[in-house]
Amino acid sequence: MARKEGLIGRKIGMTQVFADDGNRVPVTVIEAGPCTVLGVRTKGAHGYDAIQLGFSPKKKNVSKPSAGFFKKVGVPVLGVVREIRLEKTEKAQAYQVGQTLSVSIFEPGELVDVVGMTKGKGFQGGVKRHGWYGGDATHGSMFHRAPGSIGASSDPSRVWPGHHLPGRMGGDRRTVLNMTVVRIFPEQNLVLVGGAVPGATGGLVLVRKSVKTTKAQQQKATSSK
Amino acid sequence: MDAIRIVEAGQLKKDRGGFGPGDTVRVQVKVVEGEKERTQAFEGVVIRKRGEGTRASFTVRRISYGVGVERTFPLQSPRIEAVQVIRRGQVRRSKLYYLRGLAGKAARLKQKRAVLVPQSDE
Repeated sequence: MARKEGLIGRKIGMTQVFADDGNRVPVTVIEAGPCTVLGVRTKGAHGYDAIQLGFSPKKKNVSKPSAGFFKKVGVPVLGVVREIRLEKTEKAQAYQVGQTLSVSIFEPGELVDVVGMTKGKGFQGGVKRHGWYGGDATHGSMFHRAPGSIGASSDPSRVWPGHHLPGRMGGDRRTVLNMTVVRIFPEQNLVLVGGAVPGATGGLVLVRKSVKTTKAQQQKATSSK
Repeated sequence: MDAIRIVEAGQLKKDRGGFGPGDTVRVQVKVVEGEKERTQAFEGVVIRKRGEGTRASFTVRRISYGVGVERTFPLQSPRIEAVQVIRRGQVRRSKLYYLRGLAGKAARLKQKRAVLVPQSDE
């Protein structure tokens, strides 16, 4: 799979902006970066190619091991550390430890992927969790939102693995592919992406260059903006 | 929330205050017809204002050929050229949904009498 560079960010919330033609565009405001490169992983040395990024300065409650780590790297302590996999060793080697990445790596119109943790919904029934239809509420149906049959009888005498049942819902890592960068505020480190992003306001997200678009598609997207 | 204000700040228009529910307004709307762009007026009573920032909108109700017509506009929309206040109405609530059930003489609103207050441009 293609792997592209990105930024760690925080979801600020949603609003709407007016496009040039006067139409309203729903957008999610993301405070993305600035991210500091804390480490470079290469296939030769570590078995995979990646850059390690840090985000969000941290002053209080810094553990000794983490304080030591940031001292070694030679940058102020950051609260969030994530690795972002890259395709090629040369791409990873293009980054230097201590270098900062900002929203200026994106441009308006560009397609990006946004990764986030969805809101936790707790223990939910099958109707909400898997989209079962459920039964009639009235007319004496006697079958409302229950799971119903979960398989055959004495053969196989068990429930097939992975069968849809009620259970914990939400709190999963989800990626939304090909979202449009609507606007960028470089001074405030803000990116506006069109549409909704997984997770609650204040949640951590990863904004990454789209992995499933070709260069031509990207160019078309940015030039039409 | 602050970041959202920063995002919205650049889009807010200064001339979009100064009217409220009960007021009769004329909204000048830009309409694109094929290649040409022209301005169309929609006149009626403001029955609702809601939201803040770029998300704010207002609804204007008028009776057109005996049929009630309501149009909701985004307050900050670049397609709105101007909102002119024609008559100020004296009302006691912020959402005038009760006008929907009234017609003719019953749907009239008293004119606001406070003339001494200068027009505030929020």
